[in-house]
Amino acid sequence: MTDIYSRLVNKGPGRDVAKKLGLPQPAVLRRYEPGQPLINGPVLIEGSSAGADELAAELLTWDVDVRRHAVPREKLGGIVLVLDSLASPVDLEKPVLTVASSLRDLAPNGRVVTVSLTPDGGSPAAAAARQGVDGLLRSLAKELRAGATGNGILLADGVGTTAPTALGALRFFLSGRSAYVDGQFVRVGSTSGKLPADDEKPLAGKVAVVTGAARGIGAAIARTLHRDGATVVAVDIPAAGDHLAAVANDIRGTALQLDISRDDAGPRIIEHAVGRHGRLDILVHNAGITRDKLLVNMDHGRWSSVIGVNIAAQLRINEALLASEHFRSAPRIVSLASTSGIAGNRGQTNYAASKGGVIGMVRATAPLLAEHGGSINAVAPGFIETEMTARMPFATREIARRLNSLQQGGRPQDVAEAIAFLASDSAGGISGEVLRVCGQQLVGA
Amino acid sequence: MSVDGQSVTGPQGAVSPQPAFSQSGLGKAQTPRRAVVVGGNRIPFARTGGAYTKSSNQDMLTAALDGLIARFGLQDERIGEVAAGAVLKHSRDFNLTREAVLGSALSAETPAYDLQQACATGLETVLGLANKIKLGQIESAIAGGVDSASDAPIAVSEGLREVLLDLNRAKTLPQRLRILARLRPKDLAPDAPNTGEPRTGLSMGEHQAVTTGQWKISREAQDEVAYNSHRNLAAAYDAGFFDDLLTPYRGLTRDSNLRADTTLEKLASLKPVFGRNLGSEATMTAGNSTPLTDGASTVLLASEEWADQHDLPKLAAVVDGESAAVDFVHGKDGLLMAPAFAVPRLLARNGLTLDDIDYFEIHEAFAGTVLSTLAAWEDEEFGRTRLGLDGAFGKVDRTRLNVNGSSLAAGHPFAATGGRIVATLAKMLHEKGQVDGRPALGLISVCAAGGQGVVALLEAQ
Repeated sequence: MTDIYSRLVNKGPGRDVAKKLGLPQPAVLRRYEPGQPLINGPVLIEGSSAGADELAAELLTWDVDVRRHAVPREKLGGIVLVLDSLASPVDLEKPVLTVASSLRDLAPNGRVVTVSLTPDGGSPAAAAARQGVDGLLRSLAKELRAGATGNGILLADGVGTTAPTALGALRFFLSGRSAYVDGQFVRVGSTSGKLPADDEKPLAGKVAVVTGAARGIGAAIARTLHRDGATVVAVDIPAAGDHLAAVANDIRGTALQLDISRDDAGPRIIEHAVGRHGRLDILVHNAGITRDKLLVNMDHGRWSSVIGVNIAAQLRINEALLASEHFRSAPRIVSLASTSGIAGNRGQTNYAASKGGVIGMVRATAPLLAEHGGSINAVAPGFIETEMTARMPFATREIARRLNSLQQGGRPQDVAEAIAFLASDSAGGISGEVLRVCGQQLVGA
Repeated sequence: MSVDGQSVTGPQGAVSPQPAFSQSGLGKAQTPRRAVVVGGNRIPFARTGGAYTKSSNQDMLTAALDGLIARFGLQDERIGEVAAGAVLKHSRDFNLTREAVLGSALSAETPAYDLQQACATGLETVLGLANKIKLGQIESAIAGGVDSASDAPIAVSEGLREVLLDLNRAKTLPQRLRILARLRPKDLAPDAPNTGEPRTGLSMGEHQAVTTGQWKISREAQDEVAYNSHRNLAAAYDAGFFDDLLTPYRGLTRDSNLRADTTLEKLASLKPVFGRNLGSEATMTAGNSTPLTDGASTVLLASEEWADQHDLPKLAAVVDGESAAVDFVHGKDGLLMAPAFAVPRLLARNGLTLDDIDYFEIHEAFAGTVLSTLAAWEDEEFGRTRLGLDGAFGKVDRTRLNVNGSSLAAGHPFAATGGRIVATLAKMLHEKGQVDGRPALGLISVCAAGGQGVVALLEAQ
């Protein structure tokens, strides 16, 4: 977890030297902590559509300092670019160039969020404009500095700028919860979902199961869901039981020692959650293993264990959940994918196949959960500082760490925040999607 | 009725059972409510000098408690009472259980006490706390035990101790010098703990060797008990039976004494270690005797109401318990034969016979102990003259005995064994459920130093 370089270039002489030499200067990211304001500084809402006006009105009720026009030299916390009425690529120029000069006034850890329509509809010209937003936002995100990020919200047909999940996603992107999410879009496919009564406890009253919760990202997920108000069942293999017990005791949850690749894992998870806590609302499939080898040297054991744990077990558990009457009240599943499963990674054919599998599973399972008002999504972490990445060779690790727009590795907490968001009702309109938490990794899409 | 032993029908050999217990109905009629086993947790048992060499009793008991707390979500819970103990205890561990509670995730307002009854410590904590629950004094309890033969206390010799105490009382330099002059070189040798019986000077193994010889238990029969113990315990681990009974500790995920691949041939090749000077053939080896072990176990007990309120499972009820002791000092009975008397009394009080029991958990101090006890129960003479019965007490169906392994394979950290057995048996009974329209019954028998034995009856919930 120690990124010594980041610490060196963030203070004193180290900062000056790095600046002079043009070395990467990873910023200290503003991460969410309870009690923190949504965003530091005013939010400029650019756009002249009705959707932009409605959004601005909504933001005023959030206790956010809203600007409809930039005030010269005023530091901005964020810029929301509402592009929900583009008829042609030509329409992009006016709003984009209007906010261009305001980018200089974006505060450290500032936020740029685009709100536009999904590019799968409309005339060729409208579709071109909508898809244009994709290229625009991803490029803009790469130009931002000092911990600022750029992300986009895509609205499907019939979903307005103030639909519950459109607002939920906007809150997520503006807040410190999305610190390591950069250059990404989320697609709001429906008007389902609702904003929490208490923004500090969005998961109050929910019972969540987290697999692989004994350490690393899984432990961070368990802690974050607990912080957000959920009662957590921490699951891990029996051999990790001591670490698991420590996590469970820390967050006032229960520990369930269970190998998720067992045939009866699904029923046992349901039995524990419902028996002990009366319900089951959220399942986070975090447990996963790596058995890296070039394909030319791959064997049955390495291949089958990775597929078995990382995807086959998830499919089996989902089947049990979908068949259970206890998983019918706006149920949420969030599964861990990986950027390896999207862009590929040398030596990880088995792992990437399993993680690609997760993305396919999520897409195909979404309609099955929709009838219960539920959702299923995946989170694909990039380079995250864990015990696992700490064991990488120094040079490989250092390169992997810097090759993203934020020039640093993420923390388990960053992945956990994205999962907590997707597990909440405020993301209820997002389903079948993959959200990358990678600081806008430069290699492989 | 003239019997030379311990009649099953009462302390004085009275013909009729004590009226207070005659219509027992398995503990229901005699107590206003039930005490149930919710579940248990232990750390894997480690052979002495192994994984837990640097762990104290308090470390291990706290770890076992924290695993239990995590399994059942008891963080910050004020438990009615926690009772545990250790057989080998440092003087600093005078309040061992309370200290472990304070170091755990339980509420600091949970009271605790230590108990010690040699190897029966763990089972006795279960019985004592279950009785408090039945009487309505408490709603919930944690019973437990821990022992470390690795981190055993070493005391100074009696001579040195007396000198040091006198020195502390002395007021003048000449007095001090006179006291110091009493010291002899032999006083400086430390007193290491041993498991020998204070009144006979014989080790437990040597005592059992005498008993094993008396009951003519063969080497082959003892090796078979040991073999079954390892095989059964390994199979239980492989089936995931211990997934919710055990929490790993210090890198250990299974009992380190377990030899899943042992064979009868391997066991037969071991040289005898006890009873080599008795004239008869020595049959007790390191394979069919339990090794010194480190470990800790805990059991969560509760009233049915408390378990229901907390949405916790009810595995089995603690129906009844009995203890017995024998006069081994004068050689009347073998040191570890007390359960042979306690079990008949317990079953008679509950209107049961050995045939009514679905699972037997007879602690394997030595394979010879188990087999001597079974032999005594099957012996007509013993039944008549020592138990005051018409004939033999009965036969234990061997397919119901220690079916998930016992101490020969798991090891035996003295005070921790009772908790291991209670949690294991409670889970087995719960899984078995009903037998012929009645709840499954389990019997626990634990022998202990000092010629003692504690036995208990559990019933599936």
